[in-house]
Order: sequence, then structure tokens, then C-alpha cells
Amino acid sequence: MYKIPLAEYIDKGVRWMEATFGNGMDAFSESFGKFIRGFEHILQIIPWWVLILIFVVITFKVKGWKLSLGTVLGLYLIYNLQLWSAFLSSLVLVIISAVICILIGIPLGIASGRNNTFHKIISPILDLMQTLPSFVYLIPALLFFGIGKVPAVFATVIFAMPPAIRLTDLGIRQVPTDLMEVGQAFGSTPRQLLWKIQLPVALPTVMSGINQTIMLSLSMVVIASMIGAGGLGGGVLEAISQLKIGMGFEYGIAVVILAIILDRITQSIGSSLRTENK
Amino acid sequence: MAEKIIVSELIKIFGSHPQNALKMLKDGKNKDEILKETGYTVGVNNVSFNINDGEIFVIMGLSGSGKSTILRCLNRLIEPSAGEIIVDGTNIMELKDKELRNFRQSKTAMVFQQFALLPHRTVLENTVYGLEVQGVSKSQREAKALQNLEVVGLKGYEKQYPSQLSGGMKQRVGLARALTNDADILLMDEAFSALDPLIREEMQDELLTLQEKVRKTIVFITHDLNEALKLGDRIAFLKDGALVQIGTPEEIVKNPANDYIAKFVKGVDKSKILTAEDVMKKPQPHMLLRDGPNVALRIMKENGISSVYVVDKQRHLKGIVTVDAALEARKAGVVSLSEIELEQGPTVRENTPVLDTIAIIAESKYPIAVVSEAGRLVGIIVRGAVLSALAPDHSDDAEDEHGSLPLSDTEIPTDHSNNQEGI
Repeated sequence: MYKIPLAEYIDKGVRWMEATFGNGMDAFSESFGKFIRGFEHILQIIPWWVLILIFVVITFKVKGWKLSLGTVLGLYLIYNLQLWSAFLSSLVLVIISAVICILIGIPLGIASGRNNTFHKIISPILDLMQTLPSFVYLIPALLFFGIGKVPAVFATVIFAMPPAIRLTDLGIRQVPTDLMEVGQAFGSTPRQLLWKIQLPVALPTVMSGINQTIMLSLSMVVIASMIGAGGLGGGVLEAISQLKIGMGFEYGIAVVILAIILDRITQSIGSSLRTENK
Repeated sequence: MAEKIIVSELIKIFGSHPQNALKMLKDGKNKDEILKETGYTVGVNNVSFNINDGEIFVIMGLSGSGKSTILRCLNRLIEPSAGEIIVDGTNIMELKDKELRNFRQSKTAMVFQQFALLPHRTVLENTVYGLEVQGVSKSQREAKALQNLEVVGLKGYEKQYPSQLSGGMKQRVGLARALTNDADILLMDEAFSALDPLIREEMQDELLTLQEKVRKTIVFITHDLNEALKLGDRIAFLKDGALVQIGTPEEIVKNPANDYIAKFVKGVDKSKILTAEDVMKKPQPHMLLRDGPNVALRIMKENGISSVYVVDKQRHLKGIVTVDAALEARKAGVVSLSEIELEQGPTVRENTPVLDTIAIIAESKYPIAVVSEAGRLVGIIVRGAVLSALAPDHSDDAEDEHGSLPLSDTEIPTDHSNNQEGI
């Protein structure tokens, strides 16, 4: 039976891309890598207790003293376990990936929410991004950008962007018909309709998309340690490969603490928008 | 009165390519046939009507009758499939995007059934919305909004969010928002249907008071006949997307165009619709002021009554004379009733609702006199007439007893048959 040479085609395609854009991607990889390291460096300079204080202020503002207390204890534990540097390195990757996801994902989500054709085109692509095993595109990322943090961000963005797009799309589509009619009946332009009605009403849903994106970024940043992302994931990988169970737990708990803090912060921003809306 | 909105042969067929269905409709096929053959729903079926400047025009019908669709065609929130809509001489079907926006901004404002307040905006921010999209300056639009919030009785609530308000208050914001737009035409889509009955009545009254002041052209959609009759200067009755009857509330109640409307009207509280004029009978007998007590007594004896109304030569009502008063006058040797002081019975005007006459008649020993603006006696109302007018179906016996009542010749056919079976 004839086998469609899909694998061969893709190999060819990837090699072609490498040959054609290789130089450009190398240059991009280098400067973007510098940017990531610079960002990380700044955080490393700031004394650990100042960073904890910043987290306390943020958590207190969005939620309350209970979350702040938990944050202090959690972050201090990470510092005490001497995982501070790895923690910062992971944090930087999560922040950069999430910001890229949001900057690209939300406009795409808006377009998809307002345009049915675009929605139909982008839906299967999103399915692909979310379900394709992430290892499958770790390798091409490696080929394009070399080993290090840049391919990690690349892979993370692909993996974590779909919820930002999907939930923005959903939020826009869920704006009640009569609110849309208000906009139209009072003679709003399409732009006014978007900024004054659709986006504000969709905002809580958009926020849960952002929350999802951040959580997925974190989980991918850990996996991306396999291509040299470093950080907490790097520690986990090392512990697994050397069967250091206790060390694995220490790194694992640090990941969980970071996840909980990021989740609670974004969730309470989202829910405060929701209650204001009701 | 000037015609503000002229709708002619409006058709709306739901679906992306209605040409075929449109043709079938023009060939005289009905709604069900078209649905069966093409799968397209006829929402509005060839409806034509005019709306006068400054009137409250009610479009009445059950759900699915196409009333909301027609309303949305008036500002093209729903694109009509065929027909013409002319507002102030402009055919709005021909407007392009930008012209349509201008038209919506300047000519129409809409009030929604579920209030449709923007949840992320305060009361004030909601109210200014119309002016905000027009680019009116912040201070100007807020001044205007505050003024209208005061009109609807929401002064002091500007900073609240919609979630903090009750249903009635939310709809007041909806109304203030529409008023702030300062358009000539208010489109009200079941504006009070979501409110509980007491609040609904209150809002209806306030709308009527407000309308006295602002004199907008109001197109009001409702499925509640009592609401339609209360608010409407004229009512258009819809069924299955087609117009069944247009008329004043009185015309609809008195002369329902067909059984469908008659069935609706049957349940209506007629005491609010019918006026004294509808239930009064000719002021017979009555007597002239210059005549004496003997004439009065003779009239009473002939007619088997115990009192009679007295008028002057121009038929101005002067009072009432009873048997006792007439006997006393005769004893005193009075020649003309003008010499004595006459008793005054209860009076109402021709346009007084029957509802208001009930209390009067219940307390009075005399029939009520109906007088014109100039004070002329135009009719009298006896108890039986009021009761039979309000009865859901009045029998022929009642007619005989009270002479010809206006209502009797508007007998609903179905009611008649019921009567005969009953007897």
C-alpha cells in the first residue's frame, strides 16, 4: 500500500525553512536571548526580600492579607531551599511567554469573535496547537533557535496561546444580543461597539483566558527545560535523571508555589471584574 | 396631524436568500406553505401603516407575531426583505452605513425589554451613551443626562451600577438613556413587560405624564392588551406577522375586526375604555325650567320615575326635581321651577371613563347626568346601563330594558351564539 510521505514532506519543509530563514532566526534568537537574560539579570540584582515585598503588595491589592501571608511563606520557603535563582529564571520565562501570548492572542481572539470566517479558519489551528504533543515541536524549535531560553519561549507561546484566543472569542460572542442592539440602535461605529461594549462586557471571560494562558505557560516552561530553558524545570529534570527523589520534591514544590501565586493573582483580578459587572 | 413614519408593504423573511420565498409570498402563498417548501420563516407579512407625529402608536400581538421585528425594521436593526419605510420624508431603506448611523443617532432612541444596561458602566455613564458615541463633550452630555435622570426620578443614583438597582429603576435608566439622545422617535420594545404589575402600572402612568411634556412619537410594543389600551393613541394588532386591525383603543374594543381580536378584547377591563358617552341614554324624559311642578309630576307619573332632570331652553342642566320637591312646590303655589332652588344630582362629562362613574352611581339616589363642556345635558346614566355595558356578554333583555346602548350593536358574534345557547 502506498504510504503518504507526510514525514518526508515535513522534514523537507523544516530543512527548507532552516536554510532560508536560518540566518535571520539565529540573529533573532541571539538578540531575544540577550533580552531574556537581561530581564532575568535585573530580577537577580533586586534583593530577594524586596521582590517578596512587591509580591505581597500585589496580592494584598488584588485579594487580601490571607493571600499575602501565603505568598510570603511560600516565597520564603523557596528562598530557604536555595531555589531563588531558578525560581526567578522560570518566572521570567513565564512572564515573557504570557505577555507574548496575550499581545498576539487577544487581537486574534477579537478578530475570531467578530468574524465567522476567521473563526472557522483559526479553530482547527488552535485544536492542533493544543493537542499536538508538545515534544513534537520542541525539536523544530531547537533546530530554528538552538538550545536555550528562546526555543523554550517559542514552544511555550505555541502551547499556551490557544486559551487566550478561545476565551476572548467566547467572551465577544457571549455579549448579550440586546447590549449589541443598544450599541447599534444608538448609532455606534464598529470601533465604538468593540471598545465601549464588546470588550468591557467580555473582559471577565478574557481574564479567565489570560489566567489559563499563564498556567499553561508555567507548565510548558517546566517541560521546556529539556531544551535548555533552565530554571525550576531544569532542577526537576536533573532530579529525575539522577533519581534524586528529595531534590525533585523541592523543585516540584517551588513550581507549585509559583503556580498558586500566579493563579490566585490573575483569578482575583478576573473575579473582581465579574462582581463589578453583575 | 403630520405623518412621522410611513411604513408600506413591509416584508421580512428570515434566512440568507429570501428571494424565492419573497416571490412565493407575492404569489399569494401563505406563511405555512412557504415554511414547508423553502424552510424560511415569514416574520412580517406585507404590513403597511402610518404613525403620526407625537402619538403613542402601540404594536400589539403575541410572541411570534412579528411585532419586535417590525420595531427593529424601523431603525434597521433588522434588515427588511422588502417594502418601504419613510421617516420624515426620508426613505431609510436607502441609507448607507454612515447615514444610517446618523439617522439612528438623531432620529430614534430605543428602550429594551430586558433594560439592556451596560453592566460595566454606572447609571450616569449608561445614560450618556447615546451622546458619547455622537462625540458630545463630557460636561455637556453629563448635564443632559443628569437632567433626564431627574425627570425619571433617579436623582442621586448616578454613581450606582445597574446591579444595584431594582427592575423598575433599571428601566428608568433605560428611559433616561433614550431621552438623553433627544431623538424625536422613541422605540419601546416591551419596555414594561419584565416589571412586576404594580411597578408596570406606575411606569405606564409616568410615561403618559412624560409624554404630555415631551410629545415624542412613541412606537410601543406590547403583548398586554390592557397596556396597549391604556397607552395607545392608536393600536395596530398583529397576528402571524400580518396586520389584523388598526384603530383607537375604543374602536378596537367596540368593533373588533375579527374573532381573534374579539377573544382578546373579551377579557379586557372595559370600565377603563368605555366612557360615559358609551353607556348613557338619551336624556328622556327631561323638563324645561319654565314649566311648573304639575308638569314635573305628570312626567314622573307617565314614566314611572321619581325624579326628573331640569334644563333651560338651551338644554343647560339646571338641576333635578324629585316627587317630594314637586309636591311641595305645588303646595306652595309655585308656577315655574325657576322660582325654587333645585337639587343638584351627580354629573360627569361625556369622556369620563365608566370606571369613574361606578363609584358615583353607587352612592347616588339619582341617575348621573352627562353634560357637555358647555354644560348642556347630553344624556343620563342609570345603574343598569353601567352594569350591562361592563358585563362580558349582555343579553337582548338588557337592551330592551335600557333602550339602545351603543355597545349593543357591537356585539361579538361568538358572544351572541353563546347567549342563545345559554338562554
